[in-house]
Amino acid sequence: MPETLGMYLFIASEIMLFGSFFTAYFFIRIVNGVPWPSPPYHLPVFVAAVNTFILMTSSATMHWATTSIKRGNVWGMRAGLLLTFLMGLSFLIGQLYEYMRAGFNTSDGAFPTIFFCLTGLHSCHVFIGLAILAIMTIRAFRGHFSAESHHGVEIGGIYWHFVDVMWIVVFTTVYVL
Amino acid sequence: MRNPLRSEAEAYRFLIVIVVCAAAIIAASFINEWLGVAVAVVVFVGLFWWLKQEPVPGAADPPKPVASGTPPGTHRVLVVAPPGTDSVNVPDGAEVLVVVPALSSTSEALTGAVDDRRHDAEATAAALESRLPGARVEVGADDPALAVEDALRVFGADEVLVAGDGGMLAAIRERVALPVSRA
Repeated sequence: MPETLGMYLFIASEIMLFGSFFTAYFFIRIVNGVPWPSPPYHLPVFVAAVNTFILMTSSATMHWATTSIKRGNVWGMRAGLLLTFLMGLSFLIGQLYEYMRAGFNTSDGAFPTIFFCLTGLHSCHVFIGLAILAIMTIRAFRGHFSAESHHGVEIGGIYWHFVDVMWIVVFTTVYVL
Repeated sequence: MRNPLRSEAEAYRFLIVIVVCAAAIIAASFINEWLGVAVAVVVFVGLFWWLKQEPVPGAADPPKPVASGTPPGTHRVLVVAPPGTDSVNVPDGAEVLVVVPALSSTSEALTGAVDDRRHDAEATAAALESRLPGARVEVGADDPALAVEDALRVFGADEVLVAGDGGMLAAIRERVALPVSRA
């Protein structure tokens, strides 16, 4: 517990941050009754769905990496971390592609503003997760982790899954419902 | 309540559960908007219940009794005196520390409205200090067992004397690996 306390406190603060953004989203959409998405705009649901699939798969590879190192399979961990990093990077590139083709901007009203704020906040977290993953991957290739000592992989994995959980909530509320 | 992000494996399991829950809400919403709301409520209640039911590792284990010791040739006595105690009998020639726990009700403890209880404990401590020359008297935590634990960390004792009721005596006996008797 003490060794993961820092990550728990960080995640707790992140949940509160996301909570404030979701409050703004629900206020705009439900209390103010702003149509979602506001005409004439459309949300790029297909790109977001592909991104969701990529992110979910990256969680599976992250889990594979952790399971591998627990069994002493160093190459399994390296492959898992590398794949997770690449899929996280693909997600970010997909998100940028989505922004470029969205057809609206933050100055176009409350709907685009909260859309970019929520998805952008999540993208920032993916970026931080990628930075953590990059460090983990470099350390993995330098032989810093073993079956007995792999705390760095475990902590990074918890953060990555948290980011994915938040994306499921963002995708469900912003894109689908 | 169990932390769903306790380890990487549990975080991954939590993610799978969230994906399934989101899929259920989405499917229900496509059928009917209010059905989606109903499923969302059920999902949130179900998630809360699941996390509440999940056993927390080590939470059911009894707390380790606190042991204590004193240097050879000394006899130290820790006395627990709840607020309102007029006097306590202590063994002659012993070093004595009297702890007055600032007992408070559950609602007072939860709301932090313990100032009055602390004043009561301080008044009792002041009165006992004047009646027990040579003894140290301190105000302790609102839980008598916790007050004893705190005191034993700075005052190694050979025995604990309790001037409170049977419940207090039993609670302290459970937490302390020392002879505990009524004062």
